[in-house]
Amino acid sequence: MKPTDISSPDYFHKVVDCQWACPAHTPVPEYIRLIAAGRYSDAYMVNWKSNVFPGILGRTCDRPCEPACRRVRVENEPVAICRLKRVAADFKDDIRSRLPKRAAVKNGKRVALVGCGPASLTVARDLAPLGYECMIFDQDPQPGGMIRTQIPRFRLPESIIDEECDYILDLGIEFRGGKRIDSLKALLAEGWDAVFVGCGAPRGRDLDIPGRKQAAANIHIGIDWLSSVSFGHVNRIGKRVIVLGGGNTAMDCCRSSRRLGGEDVKVIVRSGFQEMKASPWEKEDAMHEDIPILNFLVPKEFTHENGRLTGVLFEKVKAEYDAKGRRNLVPAGEPDQHLPCDDVLVAVGQENAFPWMERDIGIEFDKWDMPKVDPTTMASTHPRVFFGGDAAFGPKNIIWAVAHGHDAALSIDNLCSGLDINDRPTPMVDIVSQKMGIHEWSYDNDIAPDRRYRVPLRDKVVALRDIKTEVELGYDPDLALKEAHRCLNCDVQTVFTSSLCIECDACVDICPMDCITFTANGEEADLRTRLRAPAKNLTQDLYVANDLKTGRVMVKDEDVCLHCGLCAERCPTGAWDMKKYLLDMTHANDQCRVAARSAA
Amino acid sequence: MTYITKPKFHHPGLPKNALGYTHRDYEGSVSTLCAGCGHDSISGAIIEACFELDIEPHRVAKLSGIGCSSKTPTYFLGNSHGFNSVHGRMPSVLTGANLANRDLIYLGVSGDGDSASIGLGQFAHALRRGVNMVYIVENNGVYGLTKGQFSATADRGSKSKRGATNTDNSIDLVALALQLGATFVARSFSGDKEQMVPVIKAAIEHEGAAFIDIISPCVAFNNHMGSTKSFDYVREHNESVNRLDFITGRAPITVAYEPGSVEVVEQHDGSKLVLKKVAADYDPHDRLGAMNFLQRHAAIGQIVTGLLYVDPDPEDLHRNLNTVEPPLNSLAEAELCPGSAMLEKINASLR
Repeated sequence: MKPTDISSPDYFHKVVDCQWACPAHTPVPEYIRLIAAGRYSDAYMVNWKSNVFPGILGRTCDRPCEPACRRVRVENEPVAICRLKRVAADFKDDIRSRLPKRAAVKNGKRVALVGCGPASLTVARDLAPLGYECMIFDQDPQPGGMIRTQIPRFRLPESIIDEECDYILDLGIEFRGGKRIDSLKALLAEGWDAVFVGCGAPRGRDLDIPGRKQAAANIHIGIDWLSSVSFGHVNRIGKRVIVLGGGNTAMDCCRSSRRLGGEDVKVIVRSGFQEMKASPWEKEDAMHEDIPILNFLVPKEFTHENGRLTGVLFEKVKAEYDAKGRRNLVPAGEPDQHLPCDDVLVAVGQENAFPWMERDIGIEFDKWDMPKVDPTTMASTHPRVFFGGDAAFGPKNIIWAVAHGHDAALSIDNLCSGLDINDRPTPMVDIVSQKMGIHEWSYDNDIAPDRRYRVPLRDKVVALRDIKTEVELGYDPDLALKEAHRCLNCDVQTVFTSSLCIECDACVDICPMDCITFTANGEEADLRTRLRAPAKNLTQDLYVANDLKTGRVMVKDEDVCLHCGLCAERCPTGAWDMKKYLLDMTHANDQCRVAARSAA
Repeated sequence: MTYITKPKFHHPGLPKNALGYTHRDYEGSVSTLCAGCGHDSISGAIIEACFELDIEPHRVAKLSGIGCSSKTPTYFLGNSHGFNSVHGRMPSVLTGANLANRDLIYLGVSGDGDSASIGLGQFAHALRRGVNMVYIVENNGVYGLTKGQFSATADRGSKSKRGATNTDNSIDLVALALQLGATFVARSFSGDKEQMVPVIKAAIEHEGAAFIDIISPCVAFNNHMGSTKSFDYVREHNESVNRLDFITGRAPITVAYEPGSVEVVEQHDGSKLVLKKVAADYDPHDRLGAMNFLQRHAAIGQIVTGLLYVDPDPEDLHRNLNTVEPPLNSLAEAELCPGSAMLEKINASLR
């Protein structure tokens, strides 16, 4: 193998699994260390800079970081990264003085943003301090988009949404609530320098089966119903409720129903329980509230009597796998099952809809009727129109919307500055040795064997009484400290210098995870079998260094390294060092425009 | 000295031996020796060897004297028996323990100070008696604990870290062991685990007095230019006579070797030593030849390593003393006091 090029920003970034997995590349271990140090405001600001909504995401994020967490490979359960983020938000001081200032001078460029969800708010936050005049339009009277309309209050209190939206709007951004944009053509004609479309995926998919029309009064589209609940237009539901669908929206629907009078609430999915789209923790939360999840049932018909819904008829199916391993649902050959109910919530997916976008204004659509959007620049085929969030590539989640927002803001800034939008700046990278002296390291390298700590919940009886009562209480500072100690500090990198190595084997002997091997070089597939412990996880890199006196190579399997620093601690020559690698994504900012971004 | 606790986590794909243990189960506490000490690599090799031989830790007794090397038994086989004896007196404690319980595996760990200076007499007599043991000398040529004075194994003419030249002649423990009748004599280098591990495994299975001299650079006081026990010097002057593959009695030899390039030595317990010849004319069964070979190469500054001498059918102390098969410490009153009738009989035979 060729020696590893550790100067490439991506190499060490990939070692920080959580940060690499985060669409916005939040420096997770950095803020977890700050939480452990009790520096909640600093931890909050690290988050705020990169993911814009720490308080909101700390309660609602889809957490792509957690399945990626090294702790999963080392023991079993990831560090509770998401809920630690909430800790930073819960215990911070007043941070308003640390936010960017309103631009003293406007740069004369005007940007219109359609929809006031996380994508648009991110774009506006990045651009407003640079002097852009940003105007956000939304059909709803308040900012937040799906954050406000689709996430129930018992998961996310309104005060948090208000607070974090206000941090952004206070940067001098104009919010036009209750103003629906009905024509992009007309909007473009107003002469905006750039238009950002962050209107989400606003249309809930319907279920067109017999009885749908006749029983319509008691059949509701999930996201519309959640939105009505959110704005207080709906505050009751029948005693017996069936929720159709297996995604996170279904989980929000069933749990909301339990709080609005639903006593016998069921979630029913076509597929198997395991294949449901909902996050495992959301399924757990629903089941904790006595909501059974029934699987392998395909809705066939809404039954009704005198124009009133009486229940749903289901066909029982089973999963069969064909030669290619694809799953098909085939009839199980059992009699259909009828489940009586008073109301049905349909949460079987959502779709994009752009009826307000004329097809003759230069925006091309693909065969699925989705706009063609560049995944790096977020640009459409119209030079002044950019997309982000669910509007860009269909329903994803808040953290992806934030990542899109940052990218789109960069493009808009380049466009308005007369630069090529394809010139992307490199991330800011800082790598600093953590050695303080003999046997002294400036990070906590004692590996905590603790299992993941559960977030305390409010008593179920109390929680189910009021839809606005938050269920999760969040970690207290003690629990947060213990959970923070579980973080393995993957950003404190093991950095090897061949010229200093005397090949004494001290690192090999001490490494608790058998990550390090000195051996004859070979092809990667061969090397992976010859290490002290087999390197079977191909998603994790081998760190290879050559130029050793014996002609061998040093090979380190990054897979399960604990970053405990024992290799560096036992190295007599300092050939190993522990260096903190801080990678910060470059957002729109005229001070650091660098051509050609190669990493991340 | 390392203050970080070694985490209990281990690699999820770590191989297990026949007993279901990983090599981590053969570790001791974290070493307090200087970072990079050759002794730690030797501890690592002992751990590997015991892991690969599926040795139950409670069947091993580790004995040592005083010195950096003699501290190391704390750093391996944390679940084995141990005895840290008086300076240079490990061999006699080991001999006593072996006489009392011949069923254990005896691992004597010593250093050049402990064995070549204060304990030279003890060293000689334990080997001469053929005690069934593995006697490892972790040889760094300096007194590390007292800041790097020359030890008795430092070569004449080599330089200390502060520049003084050694004017005394050195003791070659390998030459002594050959002369004193050890039935398994090897030399290795702490920077070469591939050589060390099979040699230690073979020595453990050898049912007689096995002696291994392991050159182990002292990173603090003997790893400089002018030293003959530094990593660089040993790597440059290492004259390996053979490479050893150790194969236990149960496993058939499956690797194909080129004819004439190997010699298979079958030990008393059925285990096989496959010696890949490096020096074509070297015969590991020729005690006199080995002594000559050693001296010839030492005279030109070369360090001969590998399995230098092995007697496939060794005699040990218990065989020579004609002791009973059960360990002496297991004999109860019934066996030890056979009664007055028997006493009468013995007395009568002596009249």
